[in-house]
Amino acid sequence: MQGLVLSTWRYRYFIVSSIKVEFRSRFIRSRLGGLWMIIHPLVQAAIFALILGQLLSGRLPDMADNRLAYPIYLLAGTLGWNLFSEVISRCLTVFIDNANLLKKLVFPRTCLPLIVAGSALVNNMLLFAAIVLIFLLLGFVPGVHLVWIPLLTLINLGLSLGLGLILGTLNVFIRDIGQIVPIVLQLGFWFTPIVYAPNILPERIARLLQLNPMYWIIQGYQNAILYNAPPSWTALSVISAIAVVSLGLSFVIFRRANSEIVDVL
Amino acid sequence: MMQPVLQVSNVGKAYRQYSSELARVLNWFGLSTKPATETWVLRNVSFAIAAGQAVGIVGQNGAGKSTLLKLITGTQRPTEGTISVNGRIAAILELGMGFNPEFTGRQNVYHSAGLMGFSKSEIDSVVLAVEEFAEVGDYFDQIVGTYSSGMQMRVAFSVVTAFRPEILIVDEALSVGDTYFQHKSFNRIREFQEKGTTLLLVSHDRSAIQGLCDRVILLDKGSVIKDGEPEAVMDYYNALIADKENSRVQTRQLENGKTQTISGTGEAQVVELILTNAKKEVAELIGVGEEVTLSVKVKAENNLPKLVLGYMIKDRLGQTMYGTNTWHTGQVISDVSKGSILTYNIKFLMNLGPGTYSISTALVSTDTHLDNNYEWRDLAHVFTVINVDKTHFGGSAWLDPYIEVKLQDSIL
Repeated sequence: MQGLVLSTWRYRYFIVSSIKVEFRSRFIRSRLGGLWMIIHPLVQAAIFALILGQLLSGRLPDMADNRLAYPIYLLAGTLGWNLFSEVISRCLTVFIDNANLLKKLVFPRTCLPLIVAGSALVNNMLLFAAIVLIFLLLGFVPGVHLVWIPLLTLINLGLSLGLGLILGTLNVFIRDIGQIVPIVLQLGFWFTPIVYAPNILPERIARLLQLNPMYWIIQGYQNAILYNAPPSWTALSVISAIAVVSLGLSFVIFRRANSEIVDVL
Repeated sequence: MMQPVLQVSNVGKAYRQYSSELARVLNWFGLSTKPATETWVLRNVSFAIAAGQAVGIVGQNGAGKSTLLKLITGTQRPTEGTISVNGRIAAILELGMGFNPEFTGRQNVYHSAGLMGFSKSEIDSVVLAVEEFAEVGDYFDQIVGTYSSGMQMRVAFSVVTAFRPEILIVDEALSVGDTYFQHKSFNRIREFQEKGTTLLLVSHDRSAIQGLCDRVILLDKGSVIKDGEPEAVMDYYNALIADKENSRVQTRQLENGKTQTISGTGEAQVVELILTNAKKEVAELIGVGEEVTLSVKVKAENNLPKLVLGYMIKDRLGQTMYGTNTWHTGQVISDVSKGSILTYNIKFLMNLGPGTYSISTALVSTDTHLDNNYEWRDLAHVFTVINVDKTHFGGSAWLDPYIEVKLQDSIL
C-alpha cells in the first residue's frame, strides 16, 4: 500500500501533464475547446428553466415570491449531478480507452483514475465559476453556506470514483455493463430531485427517493447555493461511509482483476 | 556470477477462459470455479541474467517470446513463478507509444518521459540532449502529425534512451529508420552496455544477435530448450526451423570445443569435404587471396527429384562471410537415383581477412532449406586464413587496394 502511494507520487508529473494534455487537445480540436464541457450543462439547465420554469417555480418551498429561485435551484443540482455522471461514465471506459497504454507500458495503474478525477474536477470548477458568474449577472449573491461546496464535491467525487471504478473494472470483462450504465445514469437523473423539488411528489415516493445517495448530495448543493443552509449531516456521514466502502471495494476488485485485465484487453 | 539484475524463476503464464465472465469474477473472490480452458503459453521458464550481459532471445512465432518480454517488463503478470528485477527497465518495443500527433515533438517528449516515471526537473535536464540526438531540426517544435515515420522513430528512440536503464529490451523495431540513425542507435546501445546495462535482444536477425549478444536463450513451445553460447544455440535454432517429420537434429561436441549441429531427413549426405590450396594440397592454413578448391562429395540415400548444394563460410562469431547454392548458379541436378555419388568442385579466391572460419553445407531441393531439408551440416570444416604476402590490413575482407597519393604545393 505504501509502495503504491510512493510510486504514484513518483508519477505526479505524468498525472498533471496528462490532465493538461487532455485540456489542450480539446482546444486544438475545436475553437471553444474545453468550454463545450460547460456549455452543455448550462444549455441543458436553460432548457429546463424555459420549459418547466412556469410550472415549477412556484413550487419550491419558501421561494414562492423569488422569480430567480428555480433557475438557481436547477444550476445547483446540475453542478452536483454533472460531476457525478462525468466521473462515472469516464471511469466506466477508463481501462478500455487506455488499453494500448496498459498493454505496452508499465506505470502505476492508480494514475488512470487520478487523471479522470483530476480532469473532471477541473471541468467542475470551471462550471462552478461559470454558474457563479451567471448568478452575479442575475444579481443573486449566494450566502456563507456556499463554503460547504468543496466538502460536497469531495464526497461526490469519492462516491462516483468508487462506483465508477467497480463498474469500469467489470466492464473490461462484461461489456454489457458499458451499455447498461448510461441508461441507469439517465434514470438516476430523474430519480434525483434536480429539475423538480421533492415536495411535489407523493409522500411514499419521496421517501423511496431518499434511499438514493445522490438525493442527499444534490440536496446539499441546493442548500448551500440557494437556501443558504448546511447539508444534512447525518445523511452526509452515511454517504461518506458508502463512498469510502465503495472506494475500498473498487481497490480490492481491481487488485484481483489486475493480472487478467491486460490478458483480456 | 554477480548479483543478477534479472531473475526469472519457474515462470509460467496461462490464459484462462471461463464458461462465463461471471465465473471469472466469482473466482477473484475465492469462490472456486475452475476455468473452462487454460492455455499455457509459457511453462517452467527459469534463467538469471547478470549486469552487463547481452542476451538474445530467439524462437519461432508462438514460442512465447513476446509473452516472456511482457512478463519481464511487467505489463502482464505471471500465472506462476516469480520474476525479480533489480533496476529500471526500458523497452524499445513500441517506439512512439503514447505520442499524440496534435502536439509538438517537445511536448510529446515531456509527456512520454513522464509516462516513464520522470519528474519535470529530470526531464528538463535531458530535453536538450534528446533534441540533439534525434536530429530532427526545427521539426522538434512542430506537431508530430507532420513527422515522417522515420522522424517519429528518431524522437521516440531518443526519449526511451534519454536515461540509461539497468535493463534495455530491444526488438526488431530497431530495423526501421534510416541506416545513419540505425548506426547511431546501435552505438548508444553499445555505450549503455559498456556502462553496465543488461541487454535483451529479440530478433530473427542472426547477424544482429551474434554481433551483439554473448548468450542466447532459445524458446520453443513455451519453454527454454537451449541457453548458451550464441553460435551453438543459433545453429541449433536454424536446424529447428527446418525440423519436420522424419527429420532429426543431432549435435555433437567437436575437438575444438565447438558444438556441431547436423539436421535433416538424411536422404542425401555429405560424405566428404576437403579444402585444397593452389598446389592441390589439403591445407588447414590458407593465405589471403590464395586460390582454393572446396570439394564436396555427396551421396544420395534415396531417389531425389531435385538436389541443390549450398555452402556458407562463417567467421568465428558465426557471421556469414559468403554463401550461395547451386540453385542460384543454375546447377540444380534432377532425378538423382538412390546410391549415386556426386562431387562438387568449388573454386574461388580466399579474399578473407586473417582469422578462423567454418564451412556449413546444406543439401536441399530448392533455394531454401525450409522446403526439403535433406541435410544441414554446421561446422563441416574449419580452416584458418593467414596473411602471408599481402600488406597488413584489418577486417574480414581482402579488398586489394590501389592507393594514389598526390602532394600539391600549398597555395598560401
